[in-house]
Amino acid sequence: MAVTIAKEKWTSKVGEMELGTGAKAIKVGGETSLPFLHFEGEIPNRPVMALEVWDMEPTEWPDILKKPFDGVLADPVAWAKKNVEYGADLIAIRFMSAHPDFKDASPEECAATAKAVADAVDVPLVLIGCGIEEKDAAVMEKVGEALSGKQCLIGCATEKNYKTITAAAMVNGHSVIASSPLDINLAKQLNILMTEMNLPTNRIAIDPLVGALGYGIEYAYSIMERARMGALMGDKMLAMPVICFVGQEAWKAKEAKSPDEETPEWGALDKRAILWEVVTTTSFALAGGSIFILRHPETIKHVNAHFAKVMESNAY
Amino acid sequence: MILIGERINGMFKDIREGILTKNPEPIQYWAKRQYEMCAGYLDINTGPTVEAEDQPAVMEWLVKIAQEAAPLPCCVDSTNPAAIEAGLKVHKGKAMINSTTADQWKMDIYIPMAAKYNAAIIGLAMNEKGVPKSAADRVALAMEIVVNCDMHGVPMEDLYIDPLMLPANVAQEHGVEVLETLRQIKTLADPPPRTTMGLSNTSQGCTNRHLLNRTFLIMSIANGLDSAIADVDDDALLDAVAAAKILMNNDIYCDSFLKTFRSR
Repeated sequence: MAVTIAKEKWTSKVGEMELGTGAKAIKVGGETSLPFLHFEGEIPNRPVMALEVWDMEPTEWPDILKKPFDGVLADPVAWAKKNVEYGADLIAIRFMSAHPDFKDASPEECAATAKAVADAVDVPLVLIGCGIEEKDAAVMEKVGEALSGKQCLIGCATEKNYKTITAAAMVNGHSVIASSPLDINLAKQLNILMTEMNLPTNRIAIDPLVGALGYGIEYAYSIMERARMGALMGDKMLAMPVICFVGQEAWKAKEAKSPDEETPEWGALDKRAILWEVVTTTSFALAGGSIFILRHPETIKHVNAHFAKVMESNAY
Repeated sequence: MILIGERINGMFKDIREGILTKNPEPIQYWAKRQYEMCAGYLDINTGPTVEAEDQPAVMEWLVKIAQEAAPLPCCVDSTNPAAIEAGLKVHKGKAMINSTTADQWKMDIYIPMAAKYNAAIIGLAMNEKGVPKSAADRVALAMEIVVNCDMHGVPMEDLYIDPLMLPANVAQEHGVEVLETLRQIKTLADPPPRTTMGLSNTSQGCTNRHLLNRTFLIMSIANGLDSAIADVDDDALLDAVAAAKILMNNDIYCDSFLKTFRSR
């Protein structure tokens, strides 16, 4: 008697999001199985990686991180071009200057930077505020308008500021990052609130606020896994691509900073620091992450090799 | 939890009149209404007033006009194999056959029919001797149906065993046996067969029918009920199912869980 191979039969699929326009536009999501189980469903799109660009020079960044961007860190346009050279699928502009503790830059100033970067590169853009919710809403309103029609991913929308950001996205054809603090119930609720404003579900990316390897990675992993299983079983309010802000977390880790002489048993810092970002990324890809916001160009090379392998069909 | 809307049945006066006068209106009204009230299937039954030789044609008509009105599959409900097959022939999507008993001659008709039309099938845990009293006897009959489905290549996810609930006012002792049967059905195969129930039977001839139905539905869900043929035109019932899905960890909680359950 022939052996019947038990395969999971999922009934639903993750929404497919389109970012950018023209030849460099990308699609994410669209999965009908758990990550890379090509034998149980479709994985139509490879996960994508963005490199960050700040609109002001990041003074706190470690030397390893500054080195590949020597000479461009104070110039967002040059920095963005460099990122494209390094193979980033998207550019993530972080409007750090808008933070009241830094330059408290106006939404108009941020919009001018966004426009300049958008004119210089042809890859899709992710536009991220400084993290102060009210300010981010004001910034996204202007930035979203300045890049109208470019199909950017803007955020981060939270329970407090989602209305303004969702409206800015709807009017200008962008998608929205919906952030909730490691809580699947709040993530779902925020998606409901945003779709109730008539934002299509395939224009929301879930940001579960991931931690780095060694810093609570398992909590985010479990939430992403559970959300994805819910999505595949028909929960439309969780059937969105997931975005992971890995760079900001991985480069905060002690393992990415501790010098060789302090912790020689951990291996050489220049390799170790990058590997921290690499392993955090690949782990979250296995949990269902689709969009990764990264900082070091070497990470892109390593992870691309990994993605090429996991995207090879293992269907049988 | 799949709700099978019970309302398109010739036992109801408006449907019976629709059938007699060839007026699709009441049928299509209930197709739409039950769709709005979260039904996943529409039960379609010609009712006993239609002559046996007319039943196939009437079933065919009912399935067609119901599916015109609502994008739902049908649960083709008859004791007449010719009527069931007539419904299956015109059905769009994955139909459900309602039903076979554990009598061999019936299983020999309906289970191959399910395989042929790639339809799901409801198997009643009873035979010509009637509905057994004990859970053990109900489970034994369910096992007969499981084996016959397996022989004909009908997968367990397409088999819905109905443990047969009887009215609380005449057969009160059956309730606990039904709950026990539901639990044991899930041990009969791996993956296990699914389960269903004619929920309104629970309260036939009783007062407070909605309360009895709703309460027994929730108790049954906790014991392994996957679907029910029910009166879905009942907001309290739908809200209770939404809550049960959360408490059974089938749906992920969010503050809008009642609303989310209703949205298609």
